[in-house]
Amino acid sequence: MSMHAAALVEHHGVATGKDMTTWQTLRRGVELSPELRKGIWVTVALAVLSTLGRVLVPFVVQRITDDGILAASGPDTGVVAVYIGVALVGVVVTALSAYFVNVRLFRSSESGLATLRLKAFRHIHDLAMLTQNTERRGSLVSRVTSDVDTISMFVQFGGLMLMINLAQITLATVLMFVYSPLLGLVVWLCFVPLFVIIRKFQGIVGRAYTRVRERVGDMLGAISEAVVGAQAIRAYGVEDRTAERIDAAVEAHRKAAIGAQARSVIAFTSGQLVSGLTTAVVLVVGTVLAARGSLTLGELLAFLFLVNLFTMPVQQATEILNEMQNAVAGWRRVIGIIDTPADVSDPGESGVTLPRGPITVQFTGVGFAYPAGPPVLHDIDLTIAPRSRIAIVGETGSGKSTLAKLLTRLMDPSSGRVLLDGVDLRTVRFSSLRSRVVLVPQEGFLFDGTLLDNIRFGRPQASEDDVRLTLTELGLDAWAATLPLGLATDVGQRGESLSAGERQLVALARAYLADPDLLVLDEATSAVDPSTEVRLQRALDSLTRGRTSIAIAHRLSTAQAADEVIVVDAGRVVERGHHTELVRRGGVYSRLHESWVAQQQAV
Amino acid sequence: MNVPTTSTLREGLAVIGRGIKGQPRWFSLAVLGSIVYGVMTSLTAAAIGYVVDRAVTPAIAARHVTSGQLWFIGGVMSAVVLTMTVGVIGRRLAGGVAMFNLGAMYRRRVTRQYLRLPLSWHHRHPSGQLLSNANADVEATWNIFAPLPMALGVIVMLVFGIVQMVVVDPWLAVVGLTVFPMLFLANVAFQRAMSPRVTHAQQLRADVSEVAHESFEAALIVKSLGREDHEAERFRAVTHELRDANIEVGRTRGRFDPAIEAIPTIGTLAVLFVGTLRVRSGQLSAAEVVQIAYLFSILAFPVRALGWVLAELPRAVVGWNRVSAVLDATGSMAFGERALPAGAASHLQAERLAYAYEIETEDGGADLNPAVVDVTLDVAPGSTVALVGPTGSGKSTLTNLMMRLVDPDTGAVLLDEVDLREVRRGGISDVAALVAQQTFMFDDSVRGNITLGAQHDDQSVWRALHVAQGAGFVEKLSDGLDTHVGERGASLSGGQRQRIALARAVIRQPKLLILDDATSAVDPSVEQAILGRLREASSGTTVLVVAYRMATILLADEVVYLEGGRVVDHGSHEQLLDRCVGYERLVTAYAREAAEREAIAADEEFDDELDEVSR
Repeated sequence: MSMHAAALVEHHGVATGKDMTTWQTLRRGVELSPELRKGIWVTVALAVLSTLGRVLVPFVVQRITDDGILAASGPDTGVVAVYIGVALVGVVVTALSAYFVNVRLFRSSESGLATLRLKAFRHIHDLAMLTQNTERRGSLVSRVTSDVDTISMFVQFGGLMLMINLAQITLATVLMFVYSPLLGLVVWLCFVPLFVIIRKFQGIVGRAYTRVRERVGDMLGAISEAVVGAQAIRAYGVEDRTAERIDAAVEAHRKAAIGAQARSVIAFTSGQLVSGLTTAVVLVVGTVLAARGSLTLGELLAFLFLVNLFTMPVQQATEILNEMQNAVAGWRRVIGIIDTPADVSDPGESGVTLPRGPITVQFTGVGFAYPAGPPVLHDIDLTIAPRSRIAIVGETGSGKSTLAKLLTRLMDPSSGRVLLDGVDLRTVRFSSLRSRVVLVPQEGFLFDGTLLDNIRFGRPQASEDDVRLTLTELGLDAWAATLPLGLATDVGQRGESLSAGERQLVALARAYLADPDLLVLDEATSAVDPSTEVRLQRALDSLTRGRTSIAIAHRLSTAQAADEVIVVDAGRVVERGHHTELVRRGGVYSRLHESWVAQQQAV
Repeated sequence: MNVPTTSTLREGLAVIGRGIKGQPRWFSLAVLGSIVYGVMTSLTAAAIGYVVDRAVTPAIAARHVTSGQLWFIGGVMSAVVLTMTVGVIGRRLAGGVAMFNLGAMYRRRVTRQYLRLPLSWHHRHPSGQLLSNANADVEATWNIFAPLPMALGVIVMLVFGIVQMVVVDPWLAVVGLTVFPMLFLANVAFQRAMSPRVTHAQQLRADVSEVAHESFEAALIVKSLGREDHEAERFRAVTHELRDANIEVGRTRGRFDPAIEAIPTIGTLAVLFVGTLRVRSGQLSAAEVVQIAYLFSILAFPVRALGWVLAELPRAVVGWNRVSAVLDATGSMAFGERALPAGAASHLQAERLAYAYEIETEDGGADLNPAVVDVTLDVAPGSTVALVGPTGSGKSTLTNLMMRLVDPDTGAVLLDEVDLREVRRGGISDVAALVAQQTFMFDDSVRGNITLGAQHDDQSVWRALHVAQGAGFVEKLSDGLDTHVGERGASLSGGQRQRIALARAVIRQPKLLILDDATSAVDPSVEQAILGRLREASSGTTVLVVAYRMATILLADEVVYLEGGRVVDHGSHEQLLDRCVGYERLVTAYAREAAEREAIAADEEFDDELDEVSR
């Protein structure tokens, strides 16, 4: 990871990479996509060859004119034919090498960018949950799609052309000084203001493109509301308001894009203007020199040709530098996310692999506060015995969900330690941790696919029979049979063909099939009807004998069934014990229970 | 997937035509700039010749240069350069404005469709795809307007060039007339070869975006099940497909680009050869040959702009096809003219409602999955009716039908005796409010999420929050009502989101309030408080509530019990308890469970005592 990484991160969020200079960005970019460098010198050599071919042709044209058509003895067809032959060879060499340059560049740049996409994608998944939540999903998506696409144009042509242009500029400079040092100096003096402008505009254009990329993110966010919030928008008849919000974002993007375009046009045309004016100045100065006899007309015209050889690559380079700022803006965003430290990271090879089997959980002096927030957990000391069924209850905001997230290492505690079989969670390999501990959140996301594939997401090698068995064990087989195609039923986008309760059933089956030693249910059955919930609860009871299960619920039916209830209040564990015992004690739990009973009372 | 390439040119021209129609002024300005640029470019050579003739040669001959001559040289050259620069600025700036205006224009049109089309349409289209339609596809469609003005300027330049050749010498003009069409044909062949490859790559680009979108939405699940490797593998597969497709595009471009570039050069050489012969036979001066050869070399680079436009065409056509699929989508809801009566609580009736979801079968066909079957309901004004039923029994679908988020396949929903389909646009949400099971939060402040842009003072916002039991936590937020909740309310907990959603409904003082398990994420005690407050606040409101919990059900005047999308029974809670087995089992599940557990616990205690006694 880059040394700047830490400095790049603002608060707890994703690094924007804004502070990286262009040079740092390019270096880090090439480092992340080593394919860009692979075989680059062969490509450069081929590119130089094709450039030589391109420069050769105008030279030959000049010679044909001078030695052939204007030959003292009248037009010489033989000489012309020879020169044309030479030029044709140049054309063929240029075409061939240009072909190879193209193919090689596309291969290396697309491979390099694919690698970059994959690295960014993987890293986004590796980022801590809290970091992921600081970014819009659309903005994360753009890091592996459109941001990378803006780079591709530049790495396919721009980078290499820039090198060739520099070579051509150097060559032309040398030739100019050989022909006429004075005129050479004049040309360079004319270009000094341009170099100053280019330098200045690099920053201006760069910032403008960064603004465009940001506006793209805002725009995608606004548009996604019309798509994801389709139901809410219709239910509340706020189509017009949503349209206004989208229009504002679209307009902001349009303005930013035109702003960036205007700045790059200024930068580009200044190159063209300076080139043209330089020709004028050279003609003026050259005429003075020629009138004094220190230059012939032929030499002056030949020099003009050299000026052209100089200004063309300068103009092209100006254009590429503009484009580069666009690419760098995209590159910065991708690098920013890759260089955002994954706070909750996998210890990897050096980590501990825990053997499978009954699991003990321990919290020692655990405290937790969200970034820049007040503490939500204080000094939690807890031991959860293997094979026990625990219910964690407490009011909304008491910190019970936080406990679940620490337990599954979606977050790390601010102080204290969470231990699994006596081993600090932070040192356990993810491969081991994730197979032993599984969290079922309240809103279990389903993928657009069949019921079967969704259930075996946690264990892809499971057979269809395994899945059927799971459903039977959980008492969900009858439900699955009511679906039009059974296991083959497509659940639709985000599982939207199913109801919220049904999605929870799938999420539960999915976690159950994954067969962890510790199952953590965070309000995992909140949308399921009571009789199905009770049935599930019983199934889980009889089946969790070998494993530890921790359920966070505000429906106290779960607590009644648990071996032990842990009551959390204002970030502290205030009571623990069996349901009947806690009811008798007359504390926080008994009050919660009273209101729960009051809800069920009328039976 | 392969668009027939023969039609790409025609379709591409249609896209260009549509764009020109959308931005005629800026586009004309850009073309004008391009023409100025084109004319000035081909005049540069003539200008140099002109000043050399009129000033440089005489000065050298006289071995003395006057300041007038220098001003003349500098003036003519600067005039040409400045005019050309103005042309370039006009071309690029106006072209850019036209392009970005078109993008904004079509993004607005596409998103209007998203807002206009019915919910059922949304269910059929992946959200990742819709996002890419509004963003990448719109961009791909109008990107062609970047090189287009230049290309049109080049055509003017070519005509200008050919005229110059014809004037100078018919034989040289023949060379030009052979080379330029050849150039055009090569570009057409190029575009034909590119079209299917570019289309393919564009499709894969959308696939990559879809996988990333879904995977990042599922980030928490991926993490908690440790499936990062699996997801990375899924992403790798599409990414590598895209890479290979792009390399294929590059290979094709690599084949054509150098050939297209070589053609003008070969033309120059041909001009020189033919020219030499013509000079030898005394029909042409050497200067004229040089002039035409120079013309060829000047035209060589800009002519490639034609190639860029043709290369962009397939992308534009593919983008346009994807955009127009949204713009042309039909099946929008038709609205009537009628307004719903104002005043007292609504009378809600459903008559023999049926609704089935379309489901994709394994062979890609469509099947129907009935969710609501023959449902008839009558909810009296001011009454509260509870909808009870097991998971997946059609309750949420029914609430969607009641709000006309979807239209029934058969049957009708009546609000105050008016068929919902006859109500004017926006008429239903004026009187009715739905708090859905899954709340949606806008990326806005707490206040904005509650008022949704309607005029409500802070006092009424707080009152609504009090009813929803949300005032407490909102007060504690850093900026109170002005706190931004983040995308989809990411900075709030599920229970907090639900309470804001409730406040959103309450503040509108609806005549019909539909609650779809709207308190599933809050504690029982908070739920009790919400229901109590709601009852006080909603005297003039008809309430339809999807509920599992006894406390909620007890608030209802009538209970409707659903199973498999049908109304199995309805009546008072006591009546249903007595005569409806399914209902009884469902609502007493917790109590029965508790009782059984207590019995078992008592048994165990008894056993323990027995053990002790026997010892």
